[in-house]
Amino acid sequence: MNKTTCTLAAIAGTAVLPLAGCTEKTEADDGAIAVTATDGACDVATTDAKTGNTAFQITNNGSKVTEFYVYGEGDRAMGEVENIGPGLSRQLIVSLPEPGTYQTACKPGMVGDGIRADFTVTGEALTAPEAGSQLADAADGYKRYVTSQVTALVETTGAFVAAVKAGDIDAAKAQFPTTRTYYERIEPVAESFPDDLDPRIDLREPDVEPGQQWTGFHRLEKDLWAQGLQPDTDAIADQLLADVQELQQRVSDPEFTFDPIQTAGGAAGLLEEVARTKITGEEDFFSHTDLWDFQANVDGSQAAVAALRPIIDERDPDLGTRIDQRFADVDAALAQYRAGDGFVSYDTVTEAQRQELSNKLDALLAEVSNVQGVIAGQ
Amino acid sequence: MSKESSPASEPAHLSRRGLFGAVGAGVALAGAGAVVGRVTAPEPTTPHADVVEFRGEHQAGIVTPAQDRLHFVAFDVLTDDRNALVAMLQQWTEVAERMTRGEETYPDGAVGGPQYVPPKDTGEALGLAPSQLTITIGFGPSLFDRFGLGAQKPAALVELQHFPGEILDPTLSGGDIAIQACSNDPQVAVHAVRNLARLGTGTVAVKWSQLGFGRTSSTSTTQETPRNLMGFKDGTKNLKAEDGAAIGEFVWVDPADDQAWLAGGSYLVTRRIRMLIESWDRTTLNEQERVFGRYKGTGAPFVAGDEFDTVDLQLAGPRGPLIETDAHIRLASSESLGGIKLLRRGYNFTDGSDGFGHLDAGLFFIAFCRDPQKQFVPMQLALSRTDLLNEYIAHTSAAVFAVPPGVADGQYWGQGLFEGTGTQ
Repeated sequence: MNKTTCTLAAIAGTAVLPLAGCTEKTEADDGAIAVTATDGACDVATTDAKTGNTAFQITNNGSKVTEFYVYGEGDRAMGEVENIGPGLSRQLIVSLPEPGTYQTACKPGMVGDGIRADFTVTGEALTAPEAGSQLADAADGYKRYVTSQVTALVETTGAFVAAVKAGDIDAAKAQFPTTRTYYERIEPVAESFPDDLDPRIDLREPDVEPGQQWTGFHRLEKDLWAQGLQPDTDAIADQLLADVQELQQRVSDPEFTFDPIQTAGGAAGLLEEVARTKITGEEDFFSHTDLWDFQANVDGSQAAVAALRPIIDERDPDLGTRIDQRFADVDAALAQYRAGDGFVSYDTVTEAQRQELSNKLDALLAEVSNVQGVIAGQ
Repeated sequence: MSKESSPASEPAHLSRRGLFGAVGAGVALAGAGAVVGRVTAPEPTTPHADVVEFRGEHQAGIVTPAQDRLHFVAFDVLTDDRNALVAMLQQWTEVAERMTRGEETYPDGAVGGPQYVPPKDTGEALGLAPSQLTITIGFGPSLFDRFGLGAQKPAALVELQHFPGEILDPTLSGGDIAIQACSNDPQVAVHAVRNLARLGTGTVAVKWSQLGFGRTSSTSTTQETPRNLMGFKDGTKNLKAEDGAAIGEFVWVDPADDQAWLAGGSYLVTRRIRMLIESWDRTTLNEQERVFGRYKGTGAPFVAGDEFDTVDLQLAGPRGPLIETDAHIRLASSESLGGIKLLRRGYNFTDGSDGFGHLDAGLFFIAFCRDPQKQFVPMQLALSRTDLLNEYIAHTSAAVFAVPPGVADGQYWGQGLFEGTGTQ
């Protein structure tokens, strides 16, 4: 847990303001705003702050895993902490250098827009906008998002793998879609590494080449849902955990940075994944948990766009508004299929309903595909 | 009477080749495609009229001499925002007009734009001639249930009734908006539909579409009568553009007919007619000719010598009438239908195979008429009940659309409908 806090703080520190490092964690603790999250409420003790770094201490008193976000304009995530299990407490230090109205949000069950409240920041702006700094901010902001997702991915994969190895099939099945959520939100990042990291983690059975070993989520999915645990299931599970740890290691490398143009491409790429192949239900062929993946891809795309939002707003203000509307349309379409903390099985979604989802995705993509040109300044 | 958009009088080989020389290697490839396109596409019958004027009193693509290729598409309207729909129609009109001139959707749209922006033109028509492209729009009955258009709905615009013997596929039928793109180059027609669909993303979505690879009607006396996939000349007695009086009587909606916005427009009926060609091909020549009532070779009606000779339905044969009571040409003839005529503009299709070892082939029937209830419906009722041809065909889809009149300069498709003016 402490490790997580340190990582987040350190990454945030690369963004705009020099932040207190891990060693000075106690200072943040002293001034931290208490957030009490339950399944139906998100009680933020203080709803305003001065410009600068603000620390939140989030305690989950509910029964569902939750997340906590601080959003800026256009749902740009200024900071977030993922995977806060029931009974756990996590800290988030977020840099809010500009005065204005932000939003806090808890997401019990990790789905939806969350339980939101305004959060007001007053005081002098601490950074004067400089030419070129927007691009760097966008890159840092997206890296922070990716880092938080990968951190949660490693944690949830650990629990998923433990359940698989314990032979607890029901627990493993329950954890499969939520674990994948953290991967699907940032999949283009894994794909960007010039080796077979993404195939090792996420290869689908029809894509396996003769002689190639099939590893990763979908192999375990087949074991859990279709063919029962195999003699090598434990080894495959261990390999998955090692592979997501490798992903975390690569992403955490200070040398690893994001090109905003690529990030814009990734935002569209995530949606294309859904529109092109996942809409058919071929991704989670055995478990039919495709809707979790859809939502994760859409959320990941929205996060990438949000990181770029200040640049979009400056260069093409209408585009951001249109994208917001289209994301809202897709989210509303997906929300029809919510069930409990998750989604209905995708094999219960009819062709006509899939067509409706497809139309909404196409409409969103028509707008998101223009972001790259705006960021490239052409 | 042919005030409809007629082929431009000036030699107009305005070509997408205008791009050449501007950009390097990519264009060389497009150039190669253009040569192939030129070789494979039939020469237009009137070589100096490769551009069909987009604007005019009537929409092009109706009495325009039928081109060889078709791409037809029906859209569902997704948006509930009337302004968004109108904005799309305005954009479509602008882009459609450019494409019919052989230009890109937007100048330099295919390869002249920024590197990090999806090209505004999809590019497959670069270097291809205008190829007499026409793009014709129609509005389906379902559109008028929305956007406050109920009062503008013409009485004759209702979904076609069920006809005996038909089992239609609802996913291939109906639609809020139709686009008919006809051209002498299939790629030019596909390019037009594809780019309009793309521009409409989020506002409309493709419901169904149909390719036609060869015309089965002639709409001008200058054209040969083509053959359908049963091997017969089809539409010998079709209305022809040159017969202005008949076109005025049977095709164009008169201002006194119904809605003012539709004056000068028409109705478009489509029927996807699957031909059970394997069954047909096992049928003797004698039977085939009996079914139609014409000779397969010349297309002439029985005992006459020439295709266009008068059909004598009264001629007696050895056992009853020579042209049988239920022969196709008898049932479809205006003489049997109280003088009714239609302008037919259909196309042959093959859509792959059916999974039972047969080709999924047939005739995509298109007809334009002044009132589908008074013209198409009586004809189809007569045919669907007793036509000898029914043993060899199956209707699989149906749709009807109101076709607004032509667009004047500065106006857009459907402006009269959406802005409540009498004329466009």
